[in-house]
Amino acid sequence: MTRRPLLEVEDLSKRFGGFVALEQVNIAVKEGERVGLIGPNGSGKSTLVNCLCGTLRNEQGRVRFEGQAIDGLSAHRRIRLGMARSFQLPRPFRSLSVGDNLRIPLLYAVSARTGVRLSHAEIGARCEELLRMVGLADKAARNPLELSQVEMRKLELARAIAAEPKILIADEAMAGLSHSEIDDIVALLRRLNEGGITIILIEHIMRAVLSFSERVIVLVAGRKIADAAPEEVVRDPEVVRAYLGE
Amino acid sequence: MGSRVFILLAIAVGAAVFALSLLVHNEYFFFAGYVVLQYVVLATAWNILGGYTGYVNFGTAAFFALGAYSSVALYKLVALPLPVLMVIGGAISGLVGLGTGYLTLRLRGVYFAIATLALAIVVQTLIVNWDFVGGSRGAYIMRPQQVPIVGNYIEYLFLVMLALAVLALATARAVERSRLGYGFSAIRDDEVAAEAFGVPTLRLKLLATTLSGAFMGMAGAPLPYYVTYLDPASGFSLAYAVNAVAMPLVGGTTSWLGPLIGALLLGTVQQVATVTISSAANLLIVGLLLVGFVIAAPDGIVGLIEKHWRARRA
Repeated sequence: MTRRPLLEVEDLSKRFGGFVALEQVNIAVKEGERVGLIGPNGSGKSTLVNCLCGTLRNEQGRVRFEGQAIDGLSAHRRIRLGMARSFQLPRPFRSLSVGDNLRIPLLYAVSARTGVRLSHAEIGARCEELLRMVGLADKAARNPLELSQVEMRKLELARAIAAEPKILIADEAMAGLSHSEIDDIVALLRRLNEGGITIILIEHIMRAVLSFSERVIVLVAGRKIADAAPEEVVRDPEVVRAYLGE
Repeated sequence: MGSRVFILLAIAVGAAVFALSLLVHNEYFFFAGYVVLQYVVLATAWNILGGYTGYVNFGTAAFFALGAYSSVALYKLVALPLPVLMVIGGAISGLVGLGTGYLTLRLRGVYFAIATLALAIVVQTLIVNWDFVGGSRGAYIMRPQQVPIVGNYIEYLFLVMLALAVLALATARAVERSRLGYGFSAIRDDEVAAEAFGVPTLRLKLLATTLSGAFMGMAGAPLPYYVTYLDPASGFSLAYAVNAVAMPLVGGTTSWLGPLIGALLLGTVQQVATVTISSAANLLIVGLLLVGFVIAAPDGIVGLIEKHWRARRA
């Protein structure tokens, strides 16, 4: 099967006042692909995610999803189209229980896309299943503020998965996780990918990025400096220079 | 408990309250009860926006007075039954709520609160300069002595406000348990995340401002018939804005029960204080209680009880 482009980014630029956060970024992600996005702190990774998902508006350039231009669409319209993201710093809904946090995308993203209103019981079952998937099943009734940082990241990821996206953008879902937990999350993302979800993984943990990604994109100071297979990227002199200095 | 069961139950409780009140042969009871019930509606309406979505509205008096003054204007034009006036007053305040929401909801936190305060001043200035409804002189309303079936007019006003309180509480509870309620909670907790996970935040906030404004307007519509003389100073009284904020905060903002408890408690205390101490002591009492609750029980009475229950279960 030839893979169609799912997400296309053309000449995307974003400024904050005089600071250029992203400059002429071009990215194409095909359906079913596993893409890693890396770059030093402040290189514009999260800004790119925010522009892709509609949390921020890009001044220049174009974002296409399934061939449709989505610039100007609000974030809630984009997740309804099938673009879900997790936040780098977890942003749980504090007054809702861990389980109810997952209800929001189920109620608002999934039902809006499919046109099917899930029943209360169906939503409950789905929440339970998602929490089991990330290992939080016994914490469903807790308040998210009682969770550890690591558990909050798992909740953040579960909430994005709950939206049943076509593309999942995981923004540093693994920071602070132990070796085995990282392996668990990588395995989970792989399973999701095998189920047909395209995944962009933004991560500092190189072991995870290199083992997971089919292709790695490197951002440095708002520009894309590399876009190739993982083994090529790590040998790329420009990437090495950006990470390790001269 | 389903929403339908709750509505039936609420109506039954409302009817019981009215039946019991008929045993009271003191007209003052109805005067005082009307005010307490009016605050139940105002507090519940405020809480739909302020408690559920987290947008603090200091402009309650504007929405309330718009309802009252729409009744004054209509009184001068045509004779309409009170429930119709309330629907019209609610519609006008609801529309103003929608407009205010559209203009101000890009503001967050304290900026939104200041904008609503400004709205109250703007609306008051307009009313003061609108001669048709009495301007700063105020307007007199001749109310009928008797109403068919119910009899005494003040008992009728009490009954109408009781019905509105039941409607407001049932609406708030239905919202709370619905998809909408989850959306409102998400907005209150983190608007950026809510939007990112599919909640159409602007539309929901507009719904909240409209619904909240409409109930405030409906609560205000019978006011001219209650006071029989309405001037801007009383229609736009600071007490409405302060009480509408204080009552949900004292009762608890996360559920429909909070504004009900807060309004019954503070409303009754104020009525008792008016008779026993002085009418000037009203806001002082509210202020002191509010300070006390903010320090000792920031989640209100409902929050306090929930915490107690959770501690006992654990």
